[in-house]
Amino acid sequence: MKIARFFKTILMTDFISGLLIAIKELFKSKKTINYPFEKGKISPRFRGEHALRRYPNGEERCIACKLCEAVCPAQAITIESSQRSDGSRKTTRYDIDMMKCIYCGLCEESCPVDAIVQGPNFEFSTETREELYYTKEKLLDNGDRWENILAANIKSDNPYR
Amino acid sequence: MEYLSIVFQETYKILFLLIPVLVSVAMIVWLDRRVWAFVQKRRGPNVVGPFGLLQSLADALKYIFKEIIIPASSNKVIFILAPIITMTLALTAWAVIPFSESKVLANINVGILYIFAVSSLGVYGIIMGGWASNSKYPFLGAIRSAAQMVSYEVSIGIIIINVLLCVGSLNLNDIVIAQENMWFIFPLFPMFVIFFISALAETNRPPFDLPEAEAELVAGYQTEYSGMMYAMFWLGEYANILLMCALGSILFLGGWLSPIDLYPFNLIPGFIWLIFKILFLFMLFALVKAIVPRYRYDQLMRLGWKIFLPLSLTYVVLTASFLFYFNLLPTI
Repeated sequence: MKIARFFKTILMTDFISGLLIAIKELFKSKKTINYPFEKGKISPRFRGEHALRRYPNGEERCIACKLCEAVCPAQAITIESSQRSDGSRKTTRYDIDMMKCIYCGLCEESCPVDAIVQGPNFEFSTETREELYYTKEKLLDNGDRWENILAANIKSDNPYR
Repeated sequence: MEYLSIVFQETYKILFLLIPVLVSVAMIVWLDRRVWAFVQKRRGPNVVGPFGLLQSLADALKYIFKEIIIPASSNKVIFILAPIITMTLALTAWAVIPFSESKVLANINVGILYIFAVSSLGVYGIIMGGWASNSKYPFLGAIRSAAQMVSYEVSIGIIIINVLLCVGSLNLNDIVIAQENMWFIFPLFPMFVIFFISALAETNRPPFDLPEAEAELVAGYQTEYSGMMYAMFWLGEYANILLMCALGSILFLGGWLSPIDLYPFNLIPGFIWLIFKILFLFMLFALVKAIVPRYRYDQLMRLGWKIFLPLSLTYVVLTASFLFYFNLLPTI
């Protein structure tokens, strides 16, 4: 055994086999992607940037039930509401502090009207903290921008809810 | 007036050598990162310029605009001097590297000794940087690096003696010409292997990157450096790696000689062959970085003193007796 080991060390068989493997790996296809230019596939359940959705007629879905505010473990959501002249209850303020948010998705799950959802967007870094205090306008704007994908995601996930 | 013209002429020659070396250092850093990434099935730097070739340039630009932070408790003069020494020494050694029979900046008769001396001095930059930082990690890194470089220089010196026994001259051009019939890699193959491993240790490359072992020593002697001073250390390190590759190809792979002395091959100018050989050795350097784990400190010392030193000494005796017995000793 000792002699075998001696020759193994002198001839550096381990090293050479390692080198051969490395050379083989050199020419194999890459496992990573060119991130900013090509993006990985994300699940329809992905919990990214928040958005407030609207009904097809343009009316906002949120009924100010404040379930999301209550369930939010990080207490990132602040809602104020008032009664509108037509008797419906709507939010006057819907703020999410995106720095407090832990992206757990409980707000989305608790929402009875699918108003607050978390979309597929995860590239919303900003240069100042202030930009991450999302207001109702910003959230509704997000909803309008991502509506097609959001609706498709909710539909595809619906059978499993 | 005559004096001035000589100065200008020499400056011109130096720039003509220095700028290609610096550019190739930048390219070699890119190649290193790229090979490392490819072995790990990543893509590596590929955004800046074609195939990411200008990545090192972009990095250098970033380093230039970064603030240089000098620790309050450091020895400021030595702290600033250390990277300058490392880079200067790594670049001065290039003066004697022959790119072809006539293309050499200083064709001195003790070329190999000069390279050996300059590369030995390189350890001073690291020790000074580590000591002047006045901080624990740089200090530990510098101590390790000093011990490591001194140990492996011994075996490199003895390997060079092997080559010199076959050549009979210290001139690097003579060493290349002596390999016209047969590259020294064939009769001295074990020495080539030991030279390669010692060169890895000499330039602090993995698996001998103990002076900058990230897990233990943050970044070793470079920990307190930032901005352009860090970039100079980095430049000096890669210039040294390139120098070791050049030295390896001159000592063992026939320098600027073409591998076969036949019609289509000897049309290609010598310096291109040398570049090919340097690139080949550097590819090995880069691949080794990707496949080996780091040595433990005592293993490093054991390998240097108890294995490489006796092996190379034995080989000196063997080479000398072989040359003497068959009356092949070179005559000057």
